[in-house]
Amino acid sequence: MSVKKVGAYICKGCGLGERLNIKALENIATREGKTAYAKSHDFLCSQAGVDLIKADIAEGTNFLVIGACSRRAKTEAFNFEGVNMSRVNLREGVIWVRPNTPEAKETTQEMAEDYVRMGCAELKHMNFAAPSTEQSLVKHVLVVGGGITGMTAALEAVTAGYQASIVEKSEQLGGVAKQLYKRISLKAPFKAIDNGVSELKAKLESNPNVKIYLNSTISQTNGAPGRFSVDIDQNGTIVTETFGAIIQATGFTPFDMNKLPELGAGKSPDVVDQMGLEMLATAANGGAIKRPSDGKEVKSVLFVQCAGQRSQQEGHLSYCSGHCCLTSIKQATYFKDHNPNADTVVLFTDLRTPGAGGENFYRSGQEKGVTFTKGVAKSVAPNGSGLKVTFDDLILNQVVEQDFDLIVLATGMIPTSGVDIDKVEETTPPEQLKALSILNLNYRQGRDMPQLVHGFVDSHFICFPYETRRTGIYAAGPVRRPMDIAQAQEDATGAALKAIQAIENAALGRAAHPRSGDLSFPKFRKEGCTQCKRCTVECPFGAINEDENRYPVFNEARCRRCGTCMGACPVRVISFENYSIETVGQQIKAVNIPDEYSEKPRLLVLACENDAYPALDMAGMNRLEYSAYVRIIPVRCLGSVNTIWLTDALNSGYDGVMLMGCQKGVDYQCHFVRGSEMAHYRMSKIDDTLKQLNLEGERVATYEIAITDVQKVPQLINEMAETVQRIGMSPFKF
Amino acid sequence: MTEVVATNQTIVVVGGGISGMTAALEAAECGKQVILLEKNPSLGGRVSQLYKYFPKLCFPTCGMEINLRRIKANRNLKVFTMAEVSGVSGQSGDYTLDVTLSPRYVNENCTACGKCSEAVSSEFPNEFNYGLNQRKGAYLPFNMAYPQRYVIDPKLIGTPDADKAKAACPTNAIDLEMTDQKIQLKAGAIIWATGWQPFDAAKIQPYGYGRIPNVITSVEFERMADRMGPTGGKLLRADGKEAKDIAFIQCAGSRDNNYLKHCSRICCMATLKQTTFVREKLGENGKATVYYIDIRAIDRFEDFYQKVQADKNVSFIKSKVANITLDKETNSPILNGNNLEQSGTGQDMRYANRHDLVVLAVGMQPSIDFSKFGLKINEEGFIDADSSNGGMFGAGCASDALDVNRAVQNATASALRAVQIINQVAGAEG
Repeated sequence: MSVKKVGAYICKGCGLGERLNIKALENIATREGKTAYAKSHDFLCSQAGVDLIKADIAEGTNFLVIGACSRRAKTEAFNFEGVNMSRVNLREGVIWVRPNTPEAKETTQEMAEDYVRMGCAELKHMNFAAPSTEQSLVKHVLVVGGGITGMTAALEAVTAGYQASIVEKSEQLGGVAKQLYKRISLKAPFKAIDNGVSELKAKLESNPNVKIYLNSTISQTNGAPGRFSVDIDQNGTIVTETFGAIIQATGFTPFDMNKLPELGAGKSPDVVDQMGLEMLATAANGGAIKRPSDGKEVKSVLFVQCAGQRSQQEGHLSYCSGHCCLTSIKQATYFKDHNPNADTVVLFTDLRTPGAGGENFYRSGQEKGVTFTKGVAKSVAPNGSGLKVTFDDLILNQVVEQDFDLIVLATGMIPTSGVDIDKVEETTPPEQLKALSILNLNYRQGRDMPQLVHGFVDSHFICFPYETRRTGIYAAGPVRRPMDIAQAQEDATGAALKAIQAIENAALGRAAHPRSGDLSFPKFRKEGCTQCKRCTVECPFGAINEDENRYPVFNEARCRRCGTCMGACPVRVISFENYSIETVGQQIKAVNIPDEYSEKPRLLVLACENDAYPALDMAGMNRLEYSAYVRIIPVRCLGSVNTIWLTDALNSGYDGVMLMGCQKGVDYQCHFVRGSEMAHYRMSKIDDTLKQLNLEGERVATYEIAITDVQKVPQLINEMAETVQRIGMSPFKF
Repeated sequence: MTEVVATNQTIVVVGGGISGMTAALEAAECGKQVILLEKNPSLGGRVSQLYKYFPKLCFPTCGMEINLRRIKANRNLKVFTMAEVSGVSGQSGDYTLDVTLSPRYVNENCTACGKCSEAVSSEFPNEFNYGLNQRKGAYLPFNMAYPQRYVIDPKLIGTPDADKAKAACPTNAIDLEMTDQKIQLKAGAIIWATGWQPFDAAKIQPYGYGRIPNVITSVEFERMADRMGPTGGKLLRADGKEAKDIAFIQCAGSRDNNYLKHCSRICCMATLKQTTFVREKLGENGKATVYYIDIRAIDRFEDFYQKVQADKNVSFIKSKVANITLDKETNSPILNGNNLEQSGTGQDMRYANRHDLVVLAVGMQPSIDFSKFGLKINEEGFIDADSSNGGMFGAGCASDALDVNRAVQNATASALRAVQIINQVAGAEG
């Protein structure tokens, strides 16, 4: 890499020239910040301003201090390839949050000067992020599970020009879908159609880019996106293959209806679940569906919705499985298509057939004469050759008894998600875990994907359904969340996109969402490491393994660049080239701390760059004022905040420190999962430091801030300023 | 003339809401060249107008900030705002789009300093807040607007305000001579992510929207709840008093042969979410009543339904409200109908319930007529997934009534379908 040459640019536009002493800022950049030069411009983001910078870049400047607006503004203008940049926020962060009065002028200028010092200090300690070289382009996707979701994912990946291998534990492809007599069609005339498995299978089997491993499981997965090395165990023979990305499409198993004896399960062969009815329909093949007990044609059938689901009862499923209302309507039409006079009743509490097609399908059931009754089944008991059902009719408000030939229990889906890594007992034998596990990841944090809720391997984020805590591994279909076939196939297609994207990113050494394209990754100084394992435990993405000597082993393509490891490290041996203990720590130290008697306290804010920092920015855009004594530093995630920064700040005379991160807890909003939580935890330990320094606990505070807290952030800053005024200045000013 | 480089290996995404942004980003992050067209002055779509998401009750702008950062960082992706497609010709792997760029009257010199807005006095209904308040004639659509660039309302042109705005601009960013620009774009594949529009509540005559005060729509309620919204986050009646007893009418215009036949999927969950706003704002004083046919809290959303059901201040009445009348004394709406769950009890099923405010959970319908672009659509006007559409794909609510999570899932799948076409074109061309 070429020699570091830092150039500083101060913009005079947007009122900066009138409000600030620009010459003084230039002097600070060159004299204190040691930049090669400092230039000002009337309108830096204009073509002329940008051309000025570009000309300097052509002359060898490769680090830019841009003293203008926020890093969130004018990103098209200040968009230079091959340079590092520090955007010194003089507009939203200084003049827009300060009154334009003669009294405020001095403190506003001091604010701007400190920010220029901080920008210079950041760049001084920043290096170029070079892409990781650990990957290569491996255009091969591993699909775990050969049901309709996995088959679809594989086909979509090969259609896009990639290779796919399917690992299926049973002796055939097709999964649950193969056992369906027909599948739902949400298009007029709403007649159930072929389950589609044979067609998909034929396409896959004839495609040279598809490999199918039947009777196979995964005994071991090593590596990272772009270089997953997977041991496939096929009837005891191990094949090792390299994949770029993995799709987990392991589907579900139906809830065991024998847990519902009150609904007649196990008491009569004429009580079946939805899969059982598919078998009867397949046997009938369009003819009369016969009941299992005596082979008599079924003339009356009751579908009991939400059987063992949407229930808080022990052993039941609390969630809704999403597809069962549609499935029961489809199954009722199996009877109606053969015999329009068959009595088909769907007993439901809420009929859930959403969307355009769903409601039309419901209506088509009504038109075909299916009866829908709002009620809850109480009991099912054999009655002569039939079954007597007792249910609460919720519309008529009475208990109704009725006889049926056959009962179908619409039971729920249980995801096949392997080992719940958050609940593994240390005493469980590894062999048992290995057999239970799906992916058998050789990851420090467990063998399978972390589960979200009810065993589903879903994303926690509404905007990002494919967000996963294991980079390059994507769940699709009913293992992700309950869904029907149509949605599962859609989901498989989306997951195939993400897998392909992971492959392309890994090949270039780029980060995946949310820091998409980031080329930096953690560097680690082994000599200083004390093998404390905090980084390997706390990484939200399971990116760090441990070697036999308990040193961390970083897997760069798994890393999402949040810096939680850097925040965790007590001996500060982990850093990124462009984001490190020093790039932030030196900014903290660069601030000019006036003496104890100046009545000018200093408050440090470390703000999450995705939520708190934009909220502060928008406070500026709305010209909401806050204290001139605050100095704000955006951080990648509160999880990356190392306590040394706080200790240094307090030691060097800051009067208050504020940490602004995202909401934590069950509905956490941290996009690096636990960053905010880790920060809160670490800060709970800062009390000892404060005691040692004989400082008041109120001087350090951690907040949960949302991006919408535009009015709240200035208030919090002002409250901290008041607190400092009340308890007095820090005695640590030198 | 705007210079655009687009080839038959470019993916054009029409619509810059969350589905369009997602489809564009997912494809661009696979290394494809993508052009994103948005007809409004800024990206974000309807999601940016929501106060919170269900079921996590987090803020949509948080995810939007991430997506905007991805867009700003991606050199494969180019965004055009105020851009509308007027025609499409060609076939899969080789399309030509006719695009009209409407004048913003503000060029890229704009620094969003806000001087133009200070200089003008004329005001217009604020579309971001569904007309619940006014905005200036020179304006930034909302705090998170991207591009972060002001807009001059076309109605300002030719008035003295336009000249005042121009004179106030310190960066010479205002160009009052701008006119419509027509451009042509090549594309290998097109993703239609044009989103949805709320069903026009005024068409539901018996509910008196626009005629009876204190009857509003769910999208308006969402703006009211927003702290940065037109009421500063207060749930207000037309008379400016706080509404404490709030009714929600489900399927307002949906699942109804007279209006939209389909179920719009999101409204049940949106209402459940909005009952939590009532409690958030008013605490113990807030009361919500939901009039419903079925509560469609599908899959894991059931957890959220159970949480709301456990709230004693939220009640549920199984009933399709027949009509709304006005209580002249209090100016409050009265809901009339039959409570289905009281049939058979011997009690009178009929009710006439007065509430402070009524929120109509209005349905979703496609925002444009796709058939004029040769797309196969279904009965409801959504884009059909059909091979006759060639290299054109629906994404998000252009393809069905979807919640955000499903819309994004769907948009990701559409991105792959477009990538498949591009890779085939690239393969054929070597």
